[in-house]
Amino acid sequence: MNWLRRASSGPLWKEEFSVHAADERYVTRRQLTKFLVLTSFGMFVGNIWILVRSLFYKAPSYPQQPVARLGEIPVGGVKLFTYPTKEDQCIMVRTGENEYVSYSQKCTHLSCAVYYSEASNRLECPCHQGFFSIKDGAVLQGPPSRPLPRILLETRGEQVVAVDVKAG
Amino acid sequence: MTMQSPIDMPPKTRGLTVIAGAMSLIAVLLIVQIWLLSAALESFLAGNRHTALPATVFSGVMFLICLGLYLFVDRVDSEVRRSGEER
Repeated sequence: MNWLRRASSGPLWKEEFSVHAADERYVTRRQLTKFLVLTSFGMFVGNIWILVRSLFYKAPSYPQQPVARLGEIPVGGVKLFTYPTKEDQCIMVRTGENEYVSYSQKCTHLSCAVYYSEASNRLECPCHQGFFSIKDGAVLQGPPSRPLPRILLETRGEQVVAVDVKAG
Repeated sequence: MTMQSPIDMPPKTRGLTVIAGAMSLIAVLLIVQIWLLSAALESFLAGNRHTALPATVFSGVMFLICLGLYLFVDRVDSEVRRSGEER
């Protein structure tokens, strides 16, 4: 570990707190270089963490949960529900006679609640004007960089059932 | 106007120039690494798992370059100090 040794034989405090102004500037730059390299290592560790999370990722299994009755909401109407847990707010929109779409209500930018704008037929986040497509949850405008997670729905008899969550 | 050759510069000035140069390169690499980390995280959260490996490899390479630059600076630093002590 030759590169870890100190370069000078004098005491460390004399080097780090020199009486000469030029030396002070010199030490500050050197310390900043060390700090930048340490930060670079931090970024690398962050990437390793994401890699480990990706490698050991297990797709969660979601429950099947009835969320509405057929015809409960009119065409263009909205129903709010929670899925898959009580903390996960979702929004369901009836886009046609037999068409229902549902998304997580959390904006992918800063988690504000999105709402359905019937006039412009899209989901809108009031916080930073992020707009999402009603067809697939894709970002149409604004700061969000990811689409809204989609709740997959199935019609079973007279009920609309949430069966899965598809991440944007 | 004549430019001073690096060999004619006093050791401390030369050391400062080297550190400033290395620092600039490390800063550029660091900005790329920050972007890479945020892009990899964004991709991971969007459900794409295949971007994590190339992002990690590139980030690792950039860290090694930064480390190499630091070791270079450290070596120059040692030489500058040694010459300062000798004088």
